[in-house]
Amino acid sequence: MIELFVSPFTDFEFMRRALAGCLALALGATPVGVFLLLRRMSLMGDAMSHAILPGAALGYLAFGLSLGAMTVGGIVAGLVVVLAAGLVARSSILKEDASLAAFYLMSLAAGVLIVSLRGKNLDLLHVLFGSVLSLDDGSLLLIAAITSATLLALALLYRPLVLECFDPSFLRSIGRWSPVAHYGFLTLVVLNLVSGFHALGTLMAVGIMILPAAAARLWVKNLPAMLVCAVGLAFASGLVGLLGSFHLDVPAGPAIVLTAGLAHILSILFAPGGAFGARLYRRTHLEA
Amino acid sequence: MKHLFACLLLACSTSLFAAPLKVVASFSILADISERVGGERVAVHALVGPDGDAHAWQSRPSDARLVMDADVVIANGLGFDTWLERLAASAGSRRVVLASEGVKPLDQHDDHDHHGDDHGPLDPHAWQNVANVRIYARNIATALIAADAAGESYYRERLAGYDAELAALDADIRQRFAALPEEARKVVTSHDAFAYFGAAYGVRFLSAAGVGNRSEVSAAAMARLIRQLRKEQVPVVFIENVNDPRLIERIGAEGGARVGGTLYSDALSGPDGPAASYVAMMRHNADTILAGIQP
Repeated sequence: MIELFVSPFTDFEFMRRALAGCLALALGATPVGVFLLLRRMSLMGDAMSHAILPGAALGYLAFGLSLGAMTVGGIVAGLVVVLAAGLVARSSILKEDASLAAFYLMSLAAGVLIVSLRGKNLDLLHVLFGSVLSLDDGSLLLIAAITSATLLALALLYRPLVLECFDPSFLRSIGRWSPVAHYGFLTLVVLNLVSGFHALGTLMAVGIMILPAAAARLWVKNLPAMLVCAVGLAFASGLVGLLGSFHLDVPAGPAIVLTAGLAHILSILFAPGGAFGARLYRRTHLEA
Repeated sequence: MKHLFACLLLACSTSLFAAPLKVVASFSILADISERVGGERVAVHALVGPDGDAHAWQSRPSDARLVMDADVVIANGLGFDTWLERLAASAGSRRVVLASEGVKPLDQHDDHDHHGDDHGPLDPHAWQNVANVRIYARNIATALIAADAAGESYYRERLAGYDAELAALDADIRQRFAALPEEARKVVTSHDAFAYFGAAYGVRFLSAAGVGNRSEVSAAAMARLIRQLRKEQVPVVFIENVNDPRLIERIGAEGGARVGGTLYSDALSGPDGPAASYVAMMRHNADTILAGIQP
C-alpha cells in the first residue's frame, strides 16, 4: 500500500514537485473554472487557451526558453484578445462570444504561424505540451504566485461575480461593478491558463479548470460547497494521474486530465445531478 | 576566410563559368558535409537549419520549390528524414540520394519505451560515428559527380582531403576515450542520439528514452532513469541542443549527477557556436563528454 501510494513521492523529488504544482493549480485554476461554468462560459476557457499561444511563442522566439518572457507574452496575448473582444462586443452588433471566437482564431493562427515560421526548435512544442514532471523552482513559484493572487482576487470579486452569474442584469443596473467583475474575472482566466500551461501545456490546462468544476456541479448545489468539491476533485485527479503515470508508464499531463475526465463521467452516472440522479436519489429527494 | 575563398575562386577559374550545382540537404550536418566535398562548385541549402530538429520538420511551399529546383537532393535515410523523400516525390524531383547508404545500421535500442517515436526500427543517427561520415562523404561525392561530371577530379580531390581530416578526427576521438578506464565511460543524455558514438568510441550512453523528442514523458520513465543513475553512480548528464533542458536538469539533480554542458546531436550550432561544422561538432561533443567524465 505504502509502496503503491507513498513511496513514489518519498523517493522522487520530481513527483513531489509535480504534486505541489497540481495542488496549486487545483486551488487556483479550478475555482476560476467553477465560475466559468456557472456563467456558461466553459468553452471560453478553451478559446482563451488558444489565444495565449502567439504571445508565448513570441516570448520564446525573442528570449529563448525563458519562463518570464513566455509568461508575460502569454498573458499579454490573452488580455489583448479579451479586451479586443469586449470592445467589439460593445461597439458593434456582434455578441461577445462571436467576437471572442473571431479574435481567438486569429490569435491561434498567428501562434501557429510564428511557431512554424521559426519552427526549427522542438523545445517550443515540448513546452506547449507542458512539463509537469520537470517543474523547476521558477515555474513552481510562478504557479503558486498566480494561485495566491487568484484566491485573493476571487475573495474580493466574490459578491459581484456571484451576482453576475445568477442575475447579470441586476448587477448591471446597480452600477459600475459589472465591468470590473467581468474583466477582472477574464484576467483571472488568462492568468490561470498561463500558469496551467507551464505545468500541463496549453492543450491540457483547460482540462484541470473545467472538468472538476463540471463534476462538482453534479454533486452539490450551493456555491461554496461546489468550490470545495471542485478543488478536491482537481487535486485528487492530479494525485491519481501522477500515480497512474508512475505505475502504468503513461505520459503525466494527459493522465491527470483523463483522471479528471473519468471523475466527471462517474459523476454523470452516479451524482444526484447526473443522468440517473433522479432515480438513484429519489428517497432523499422525497425526504428533503 | 574571404581571401582564401577568393584565391580558391581564382585558382579554379574555369568553374566560374558554370553556375554552381544546386544541392538541397535535409539538415545542417549533411549540408556541411556536402559543402566540404562540393567546395565552390556547389550551392548548398539545408532545409532544417542550425539548432533545428529534423524529426519534427514541417515543410513549407518554399522548401518544395527548393527541392524541385535542386540538381541534387541529399537525405540521411535510415528513417530520419522520410519527409524529404515525400517532399521530393510530390515536387516531382529526381531520386533522393541517401547519404547513409552502405553504413552498417544499428537497431533502435529498446531498453525503454518509444511512445510515438517515428524513427522506425533503425537508429538513424549514424553521423555520430566519424567512420560513418567518411561513407557519407563518399556517397555525396558520387552523387555530385553523377550530376556534374565536369567536376569529377575537383570533387575527388576535395573528398580525399576531407576524408583524411575525418580519419584523423576518428583516430583522435577513439584514442582519447580509450585512455580512460571503461567503468568511467558512462553518461546520460536526453534522447537516443548517441548509440553510434557509444558503439564506436566505447562510451555507455544511458538515455532518457521514452523521454524522446515528441512524446510526453511518463513518470515511470523518469523514475527508471533516476534509479539507474543512482545505482550506477553516473557522474554527469548532458543537455542536447534540440531538447528541453529542464527535464534533464531535473533528472540530473535527483540522480546525483551534475549537468555537463550541451551536446550537439541532430543539428549544428549557428556559425558562431561551438559546433559550426561537423568536425567542430564532433570535437565539441568529445571534449564536453571527456571533461564531464574525467574526475
